[in-house]
Amino acid sequence: MFPFQGIVHTQTVKRLKEMHTLTEVETLSGHSDRVWCVSWSPNGSLLASCGGDKSIRIWGKEGEKWICKSILTDGHTRTVRSVSWSPCGMYLAAASFDATTSVWSRKAGEFECLATLEGHENEVKSTSWACTGNLLATCSRDKSVWIWEVTADEEFECASVMSTHTQDVKRVKWHPNKEILASCSYDDTVRLYREQADDWECFTTLKGHSSTVWAIDFDKTGSRLASCSADATVKIWQEYEPGNPECVATPDNVSTWKCVCTIGGYHERAIYDISWSHLSGLLATSSGDDSLCIFSEIHSSDSRNQPQFELVARVRGAHSQDVNCTVWSPTEEGLLASCSDDGTIKLWKLERDEK
Amino acid sequence: MGGLDNANPVVFQATKERSVLPEEEDDSIVDKFDSREIFDLIRVINDPEHPLTLEELNVVEESKVKVDDNANTVHIYFTPTIPHCSMATLIGLSIRVKLLRSLPSRFKVDIEITPGTHDSEIAVNKQLADKERVAAALENSHLLDVVNQCLS
Repeated sequence: MFPFQGIVHTQTVKRLKEMHTLTEVETLSGHSDRVWCVSWSPNGSLLASCGGDKSIRIWGKEGEKWICKSILTDGHTRTVRSVSWSPCGMYLAAASFDATTSVWSRKAGEFECLATLEGHENEVKSTSWACTGNLLATCSRDKSVWIWEVTADEEFECASVMSTHTQDVKRVKWHPNKEILASCSYDDTVRLYREQADDWECFTTLKGHSSTVWAIDFDKTGSRLASCSADATVKIWQEYEPGNPECVATPDNVSTWKCVCTIGGYHERAIYDISWSHLSGLLATSSGDDSLCIFSEIHSSDSRNQPQFELVARVRGAHSQDVNCTVWSPTEEGLLASCSDDGTIKLWKLERDEK
Repeated sequence: MGGLDNANPVVFQATKERSVLPEEEDDSIVDKFDSREIFDLIRVINDPEHPLTLEELNVVEESKVKVDDNANTVHIYFTPTIPHCSMATLIGLSIRVKLLRSLPSRFKVDIEITPGTHDSEIAVNKQLADKERVAAALENSHLLDVVNQCLS
């Protein structure tokens, strides 16, 4: 597969595994049904959550406690599947099974519905804002991914509809600093898109998982992507740009993405979410086996082409039912949020064990 | 409504009610879920097409129900009456909803087609295992009505 796979590096350096402990710091109750998604505002001061009770809740810290500051109930007639904040933190997009996406603006602490985006034929599963805040992506069970342009007067215009997936699209996620979009699907693949000659195109399809790919997340640099699947594994994909030193072919001068690592054997059921911390580089995963796992990259001789990850913390029974979502705080290292079918949101703190 | 997928299904005899053992009425004994108990919940589900239960059509059998109360897992194989049965997903969904409403939430329930008994086995199994699609399906009032009829 790789030209360099014949080279064997033997490392005899003894390394002590650094274990960590993930401690529950708070449980947020309020949703009356399963919580599908929880999302940190970019400055880490607010959490948005949503779920089967068709509502969106905004949580904020007062003193030492996180409390529910607002409940947005009039946006959707069915489950709100996911929420995502714009990079400026002033807008919140919500995807719903009612086939619409609502966009909320935050003005003087209050949220008002700015727009309801229609176009998808059925359930909208996920939304994501590009790093510039000028583009919003949505995806649906109707197999399509839509890109919306945000105009100067806060209107949303459809810029492109991409129907490359052959099944239900579960998640969309923008690259952290480029206008490159990733999506993953019930068709077991991940696809990447870019703008080319005024239109958007899928430039690569990442195959490897043997079942639905539930979630994807880029690392801080955007040159690596992690995916998690109903096949109970995580895969790490590395970008090889044109002219890369490994001489991985890049047809048409477009980057090639290759799976360089598969992490398996830790979760017993589908992995529903993955979060790659831009502060610590740690990966957090949540699963239908009710657990949370934290993985750390091991320093290895060829971390670009053959990275290795090890489990550094695990909480079995993190929730009493499926853990649908987990996400690292963007501003406080080691702070993690999760949410579950059990109707709760939990906040966790990861700390290194004393030697 | 079009013709039935299987107009003349083979009908099997239903099992008798389970007799209550003395220890089951003793509150001091922990009564774990067993396969017969799960089977009793699903055997009475109505077939969407025939005025018969899933047990009478041999769609569900006690030997194809596996329960591990300690591990909180339930696994069920169901057998469509014919390999191209268009109702397979609906039957699986009805079994899932019945158990969702009856069992404690700690249980992880897997429902699959008996291997080799349906043309779209893999596709149906995948759909039944996708909790998001199941959740969305149950918000569809028409589909929910049909499921509730099977469970009534």
